[in-house]
Amino acid sequence: MPIVPLPDFGPALPEIVLAIGSLALLLIGVFLGERSTRLVSWLSVITLMAVLALCGTFGMPHRLGFYGMFVTDAFAVFMKMLILIGSAISIILSLHYNEERHIDRFEFPVLILLASTGMMVMVSANDLLTLYLGFELQSLALYVVASFDRDNARSSEAGLKYFVLGALASGMLLYGASLIYGFAGTTSFAGLASMFEHGVTPSVGLVIGMVFVSVGIAFKCSAVPFHMWTPDVYEGAPTPVTAFFSVAPKIAAIALFIRFLVEPLGGLLAEWRQVIVFLSVASMVVGSVAAIAQTNIKRLMAYSSIGHVGYALIGLAVATPDGIRGVLVYMAVYLFMNLGTWAVILCMRQKGRHVEAIADLSGLGRTHPGLALALGIFMFALAGIPPTAGFFPKLYVFLAAIEANLVGLAAIGVVASVVGAFYYLRIVKVMYFDEPVGAFDRPFATELRWVLAVAAVITFFYVLVPGPIAGGAEAAAASLFVK
Amino acid sequence: MSHWPLLSLVTFLPLVGVGFIMLARGDAETVARNARNIALSTSIIVFVLSLVLWLEFDPNSSAFQFVEMAHWIQIGGFSINYHMGIDGISLFFVLLSTLLTPLCIAASWTSIHSQVREYMIAFLVLETMMVGIFSALDFILFYVFFEGVLVPMFLIIGVWGGPRRIYASFKFFLYTLLGSLLSLLAILAIYFNTTPHTTDVVAVLANPHFSEGLQRWLWLAFFASFAVKVPMWPVHTWLPDAHVEAPTAGSVILAGVLLKLGGYGFIRFSLPMFPLASAYFTPLMFALSAIAVIYTSFVALVQTDMKKLIAYSSIAHMGFVTMGIFAMTSEAVQGAVIQMLSHGLVSAALFLVVGVVYDRLHTRDIARYGGLADRMPNYAFVFMCFMLASVGLPGTSGFVGEFLILLGTFRASTLECFLAATALFLGAMYMLYLYRRVIFGTITRDELRNMLDLTPREKAVFAPLLLLTLWMGVYPNSFLAPIRSSVDNIVQRATTARKAADSALPSTAPGSATHAGIEWPALHHWLWTPASAAVTHRE
Repeated sequence: MPIVPLPDFGPALPEIVLAIGSLALLLIGVFLGERSTRLVSWLSVITLMAVLALCGTFGMPHRLGFYGMFVTDAFAVFMKMLILIGSAISIILSLHYNEERHIDRFEFPVLILLASTGMMVMVSANDLLTLYLGFELQSLALYVVASFDRDNARSSEAGLKYFVLGALASGMLLYGASLIYGFAGTTSFAGLASMFEHGVTPSVGLVIGMVFVSVGIAFKCSAVPFHMWTPDVYEGAPTPVTAFFSVAPKIAAIALFIRFLVEPLGGLLAEWRQVIVFLSVASMVVGSVAAIAQTNIKRLMAYSSIGHVGYALIGLAVATPDGIRGVLVYMAVYLFMNLGTWAVILCMRQKGRHVEAIADLSGLGRTHPGLALALGIFMFALAGIPPTAGFFPKLYVFLAAIEANLVGLAAIGVVASVVGAFYYLRIVKVMYFDEPVGAFDRPFATELRWVLAVAAVITFFYVLVPGPIAGGAEAAAASLFVK
Repeated sequence: MSHWPLLSLVTFLPLVGVGFIMLARGDAETVARNARNIALSTSIIVFVLSLVLWLEFDPNSSAFQFVEMAHWIQIGGFSINYHMGIDGISLFFVLLSTLLTPLCIAASWTSIHSQVREYMIAFLVLETMMVGIFSALDFILFYVFFEGVLVPMFLIIGVWGGPRRIYASFKFFLYTLLGSLLSLLAILAIYFNTTPHTTDVVAVLANPHFSEGLQRWLWLAFFASFAVKVPMWPVHTWLPDAHVEAPTAGSVILAGVLLKLGGYGFIRFSLPMFPLASAYFTPLMFALSAIAVIYTSFVALVQTDMKKLIAYSSIAHMGFVTMGIFAMTSEAVQGAVIQMLSHGLVSAALFLVVGVVYDRLHTRDIARYGGLADRMPNYAFVFMCFMLASVGLPGTSGFVGEFLILLGTFRASTLECFLAATALFLGAMYMLYLYRRVIFGTITRDELRNMLDLTPREKAVFAPLLLLTLWMGVYPNSFLAPIRSSVDNIVQRATTARKAADSALPSTAPGSATHAGIEWPALHHWLWTPASAAVTHRE
C-alpha cells in the first residue's frame, strides 16, 4: 500500500482556525448556558477579525493545498476579507435585535461562523468536490439561521422555503458536477482548465453540466430567474439575518461564479457568456422594475440586491481582468452601503416593535436628521449617483463592458439604473418630502450607531481615497489570470 | 496669487461653509439665523474670489488657465486625474454661478421658514457642483459634478417646492439621469478610442481623431445628455414642471445656471471633439431649435401662470442658443455664449421678479394681478427693465446675444435665420402681454391695494443683475474679449477638421468609402460579441 503523504494544510489555515474557533465557541456556549450569548458573539467577532488578519498575512501568494483541491491567492483573500467583514458586522447588528426578540441564543454567532467557513471554502475551491463541500456547509448553516426566530411563523416559513429551494439548487449543482465529471473525466479545476486551453470544442454534455452548476450558483446569488425565494426569505427572516444574507453569501456566490467560470472554463467564454449576459440583463430589469411596487423595505432591499447582482454580472460577462476588477470593487462597495442600509432598518422601531413599511420612514428628515442623512447617502449610493461610492463600481463595470464591445449590455444597465434610481429616490422622497408620522424609539443601540456611522463615512468619502479598494481589487483580479 | 489653487478654492469653499452650518447649535430660530448668515457670507467670499479669477485671467489666450492637476484614481491602466482649469467660455459661467448663489440666498432670506439649515446647505453644495462642472477638465470629474448637481436640486424642488413638487422633482431627476448616463457610456467609449487611453478633456481636445461613424454615436449620446439639460424640444417637458414647483431661488439657479450646462457641453465637447458629426446633425439641430423657438413662444403666449410663461420663454431663448452653436461660425457661437450669460442674468431676475409678488400674495396666477404700477412703482421699473432685456431691446444684454446669433446664422442658413427672427417678434408679444396684465390697468382687487413695494433687501438683489444686464448690453466687449479667443479656437478646429475630411474623401482607398454614406458601426454583436471578435478586440 503506497504511503500517501499528509496534505498541505497551510493554505487552508484561516479556514481551519475558523472551524476550530467556532467549535470552541460552541463549547463555551454550552458550558456557560444562555446568558453567554453576548460573550460568544463578541468572541465570534474577534475570531472573525483574527482570521481576517491571518488571511491578509498568509494568503496572498498563490498556493495549492490538499493535493490541488484548495487554492489561495489574492482573489481569494480579497473575497474572504469582504465575507469576514460582512459576517462580523452582521453579528454585531444582531446583538440588540436578538435580545429584544428573545432569540438571543449563542448558537446564532456559531452558525454564522460555520456559514463563513463554508463560504471561505467556496471561494478557495479548486475542485468541484471542494466547491460542493463549501456550498453545502454554508447552505445548511444558512437554512437554520433563516428560521432562527422559530416561534415566528414567517421566519419558519422563510427557513423552509429557503431550504426546499436551496436543496433543489444544490441538487442541480451536484448533477451538473457529475455531468462535467462524466464528460471531462476530472473534477479538478486545473484539469478542466488545461483541457480547454487549446481550443478544444466541448461536448454537449459538458456544456449542459456547466449550465447546471451555473444554475446552482445563480440561485445562491439570487440572479433572475432563480431569484424567487429572495423577497420572501428576506422579508420573513429576522432582520440581522437578512442583512447577513444580502452580503456575505452573495459575495461568496459571486466569487464562486468568477472562480468557476474564469479559471477552469475560461476557454469556453463564448459558451457561457450568453448565460451570464442573460442572467445579468434579467436581474437588472426585474430587480429595478419589481422593486417599484414594494411597500415593505425588506422586500425592496431584496429586489435591490437582485438588481445589484445584475450589474456585478456585467463584469463577469466581460471576463477580462478589468471586468473582474469591476465586480470586486462592486462587491466591496456594495458590502458597505448595504450593511449601512440594514443598520438603518434595524433602527426602525416604534413603541418597542420593529416596523418595516416604507411609509414608516415618513418625515425622517425632520424627526431624525442624522439617520435620514445616512439613509439618504446609502440610497444615492445604491442608485449609483456620484460622488457617493456607489458610482464607481458601476463606472468600472460599464468601462469593462464598453471595452469588450458589449455596448448593448451597458446600455441596458444604464436604463435599468434610471428605473432603479426611481425607487431609491422614493425612499429619499418619503424621508424628506412627506410629513412625519411618528418618531422612532430612542436611543438607538450603540453598536447600530457605530456601524451606521462607519458605513456612511466609507460610502460618502470613498471618493477621496479610492486607492485601497481599487488597488486590492486590481491585484485580486490579476491573480486570477496568472497562468 | 497664481501659486494658490484659486480655482479649487472657489469650487470647494462652499463646502467649508456647509461644515460651519452643520456645527450650528441652539434652538431652531438661532440655527436658522446662523445658517443664513454663514451661507450668505460664504457665498459672497466665493464670489469675491471668483472675481480675482476674472482679473487675473489672460483674455488673449485660448488655453486653459488656472490649471490644477493631481492624481485621483488609478486602477490598472485606467487613471482619472483631478484636472481643473478654465478658458474664456467657462470663466463667465463660473462667475455666473458664484454671482447667482449669494443672490439666491438673499432672495430666500424670509421666504424659507422650514428647515432653513438644510436649505442653505443644499445651495452651497449646489454652488460647488456648478463651479466644478464648468472647471473640470477630466471627463469623469466632469461627470461626477454633472450628476452630483442633481442631488441638491432634487431636494430643493422636493422639500421646499409647490404642491406638485414630488412629481416635478422626480421628473427632473430621472430625465436628466437617463441623459447623463448615456453620455457616461460615450465618455467610456472615448476613453477606449484615444491613444493613449485617456479621459482627459485637454488631451482629447488636442487630438480628437474619431472615425466619422463613431463620432455620430458619441455625438448622439452626448446629445441625449445635453439636449435634456438645454432643454430642447421635445425633451423639454420637465422644465415647466420643475420651474413651477421649485421655490423661487431654485428656479433662479435652474434657469440661470443649470440650463447652461447643455449649451456649454455642446460648445466644449460636441463641436470640437465630433466636428464631422456636428456638421452631419446640424440640420437636425436647426430643425429642433426652430421648433423650440416658435412653438414654445406660442405656448408661452397662452400661459396663465407667470413662472410657466417664463419657463417657456427660457426654452425659446435656449433654442436660439443651440441654433447659434450649430451655425458654427465664430460670431454665432460667441453670440450663443453671450446669450446664455444674458439669459442667465435676465431669466434669473425674472424669476426673482415673480418671487417678489409671490412672497406677498402667494399666487402666480396672472389673472390675480393687475395695476401694480400704482402701488409698486419701483417694482414696475425693475420688471420693465428685465422684460425688455428678455425681449432683446438694444442696450440690454439680450440684444447683443440675439444679434450676434442672427448675424452668424445668416451666413450658415438664411431660412433658419428667418425662422428665428419671427421668434423675436413672438417674444416681444408674450412678454409685453404679461407685463401689461400684471403691471398696467387699474387695481380691481382689494388684496392688491396693500401690496408693498420692493424692500431694501430686494433692491440689493436686483441691483447687480440690472447693472450687469446694462453693462453687457452697452459695452459687451469686456465680456466678449475673453470669450472670443476661446470660441475662435474651437470654431477653427471644427472647420479645419471638416475641411480635412472633405478633402480626404476622394483620396481614400477605392472601394472603402466610394459610396455616398459613411458606415455607422454595426449594431449587431453588441449584446455579446462572438468569440472570434472578442478575441481580436482584446488584442
